[in-house]
Amino acid sequence: MSGIGKGFPGVQALDGVDFEVMPGEVHALLGENGAGKSTLLKVLSGAQQPDRGTISIDGKTVTLNTPLEAQRCGVVTIYQEFTLAPNLTIAENVFIGREPGNGIFVNWRQMREETRAITRRLGLELRPTAVVRDLNVAEQQMVEIARALSMKSRLIVMDEPTSALSSAEVEKLFRIVRDLKAQGISIIFVTHRIEEVMELCDRYTVLRDGRRVAAGKIAETSVDQIIRAMVGRQVNALFAQRESSTPGEVALEVEGLTRRGNAQDQNATVLSNVSFAVRRGEILGIAGLVGAGRTEAARAIFGADPFDSGRILVAGQKVDIRSPRSAIRHGIGLVPEDRKRQALFLALAVQTNLSMAAQGRITRWGIFMDEAAERSMVEEYRKALNIRMSGPEQLIANLSGGNQQKVVLARWLALRPKVLIVDEPTRGIDVGAKVEVHNLLFEMARSGIAVIAISSELPEILAISDRIVTMREGRVTGSIDRDEANGERLMAMMTLDVKAA
Amino acid sequence: MSEATPAQTTGSGRSDLIGIFARFAPLIFLLVLMAAFAFVEPRFLTPLNLFNVLRQVSIYGLLAIGMTFVILTAGIDLSIGSLVAFCGLVAAAVSKGGLANRFSVGAAQDAASYGWYLAAIAAIAVGIAGGFLQGFSITRLKVPPFVVTLGGMSAFRGAALLFAAGGPISGFEPSFIWWGQGKIGPVPVPVIVFIAFAIVAHLALRYTRYGRQIYAVGGNPEAARLSGLNVRAVTTSVYVIMGFFAGLGSFVLAARLNAAEAVAGTGYELTVIASVVIGGTSLFGGSGTIFGTVIGTILIGVLLNGLVLLDVSAYIQQIIIGIIIVLAVAFDTFAKSRRR
Repeated sequence: MSGIGKGFPGVQALDGVDFEVMPGEVHALLGENGAGKSTLLKVLSGAQQPDRGTISIDGKTVTLNTPLEAQRCGVVTIYQEFTLAPNLTIAENVFIGREPGNGIFVNWRQMREETRAITRRLGLELRPTAVVRDLNVAEQQMVEIARALSMKSRLIVMDEPTSALSSAEVEKLFRIVRDLKAQGISIIFVTHRIEEVMELCDRYTVLRDGRRVAAGKIAETSVDQIIRAMVGRQVNALFAQRESSTPGEVALEVEGLTRRGNAQDQNATVLSNVSFAVRRGEILGIAGLVGAGRTEAARAIFGADPFDSGRILVAGQKVDIRSPRSAIRHGIGLVPEDRKRQALFLALAVQTNLSMAAQGRITRWGIFMDEAAERSMVEEYRKALNIRMSGPEQLIANLSGGNQQKVVLARWLALRPKVLIVDEPTRGIDVGAKVEVHNLLFEMARSGIAVIAISSELPEILAISDRIVTMREGRVTGSIDRDEANGERLMAMMTLDVKAA
Repeated sequence: MSEATPAQTTGSGRSDLIGIFARFAPLIFLLVLMAAFAFVEPRFLTPLNLFNVLRQVSIYGLLAIGMTFVILTAGIDLSIGSLVAFCGLVAAAVSKGGLANRFSVGAAQDAASYGWYLAAIAAIAVGIAGGFLQGFSITRLKVPPFVVTLGGMSAFRGAALLFAAGGPISGFEPSFIWWGQGKIGPVPVPVIVFIAFAIVAHLALRYTRYGRQIYAVGGNPEAARLSGLNVRAVTTSVYVIMGFFAGLGSFVLAARLNAAEAVAGTGYELTVIASVVIGGTSLFGGSGTIFGTVIGTILIGVLLNGLVLLDVSAYIQQIIIGIIIVLAVAFDTFAKSRRR
């Protein structure tokens, strides 16, 4: 790709970007959110057309007007949100739209066998007739990769493939990526996790503000250099470390929280005897692999999901929480893990989004919205949280992920909660915004809020927590002070059921 | 609610124009249509005819206001035609002095009849009760709105037929009839009722906390719940509001026709849903305005009136309305995809 330019109303998303991928290499595409990565991927996958510039494959200039044309040229993109049909089987998903057969009847046996051949090539033990709905996220991703392989693709683009995976699953994905590379397939790897880039990739390209600002061999660079290129300023460590603090009295206590049965399985253990406490001014990290029950515990405390037994105490008093409304009344807030689906009202303005939970505080006679008070509320948090927006009436859909997350945090701060649970507070936001969100969490703790932080990124948990509780398969497996914690120890507690000393 | 209108605040040139056009498309279409009819048929633009059009649409308009609330939460109410018939019969019976006297005339009627306000209150109370029953079924029994109100469509019609016991109830006292046939100055009373409630509904959606919550619940029910909103109460309430307008609309309709019958309101749900959708309210919830609904309602009225003046057959009118509904949604979808 050379000299790619693409403009949107109000922004120049790509400004003459050059980008090239060699056969059989793993190429990291890096950049903060809004740097132009997604646009570049969309251009490459045929979902959008560039205003300027050319794309060549094997030296031949091509025009990719639709995703289908891109696939024919051997370019397949695996997006963060999978595009699988959950009610169909693995084989049906792999060959969707290209079912083998005579044009009327599908040759099911051929379809199953080809699927099995591909999954074997990936080193997977999956039945081709298993229904995708029953697979976990990592397995679903493998199905996406299998589909890409079945299309005989030569370039697979993976957009944030590791964001929803546990560490063990990430290792497995890396092994598969290396296998693909050995087979001569090129991979474009988009991620926010720079450690992964260092471990896996051969070369890298860094975008900033729609321009290529750095590119080269991974072997000839360092984490610091890449981060500097991404943010355009010096960042000493990956994350700022939390300074030590002296927490106050217990703000929230959970005793023996238990829940059985989920959508798939009536008898599944979702939560089993989960107990922990968090103090005022403390940041309690909850670490665990995906599926460990961290989110489920948070949702149970917040009243978003029911639980079978156990007690929740706020400031020493047992409370009866049956809905998010009652949790909020007891001073508990939750920033959910999936911003778009669970927190944002994309069709509404920044201002409406921000005041959503605290509407009751800015009404006249409890009925009419006091829009002047609302605007000053927005202005207060815009300043305090450094939210970058064109105005309170701007649609929240047009903010970057980091600024959207700050609006969601402001929504809860406006309620002045006693306890704030943040689930994956920095998922899908860029490095600069991550640091800002961390500082906000520190600020909240300093103001006396008890913060519970859930994160799948160990460096993040280690950086922001005063104390860390680990979970596995719905149980609490340990608790450890920040000073004694390190990555290896946490990983052991998360995977091996060892009690912390 | 300005923040709910889909037009972008930032943008340049072409997409900005499309955004503005999409926002005012119903109004522009209405003006073009009126100009065209005025050109072909001079009688169209006379004040008499225009007030006539408005009077004709005002009952649809009242129902469309309620339907806007429902559709904003991504719901639908197919039962309103039947509910209008049932509520209208209740109003008529009360006006005539109760179920036993409902077919009486002359002196016997004068002796037994109750005031128009009791008739109106009874119709609205029945409408609200019907709406609440449906809202409750949707939120508590977790049956989709389409199914609940399809059931309501059948059940309320049955109730109306049972209640009417065969014949229409007609011949009301003058103060009742005034609400449908009277005028204040040159303006028909139903038009005033329609515009007054449209203003109230607009203020409620645009300026109150409740209005905010309707857009929030329609836009993202899960996020609304996790923000502490009472999603069930809000969802139930829009069907109650719809019921209120069904009751009010039935009262004005009975007054206008000086009669109520069990087959009244047949097919109203389609015209009303069409008005709301043509006015730009998204069937997926979360965006739309009362202003749009008012324009959409008038647009359908003008179209029908103009076609009548041009001697187009009633059957062809139905075909045209059907095509316009599909085109309106297609345009909305197209405009949205261009703005992404």
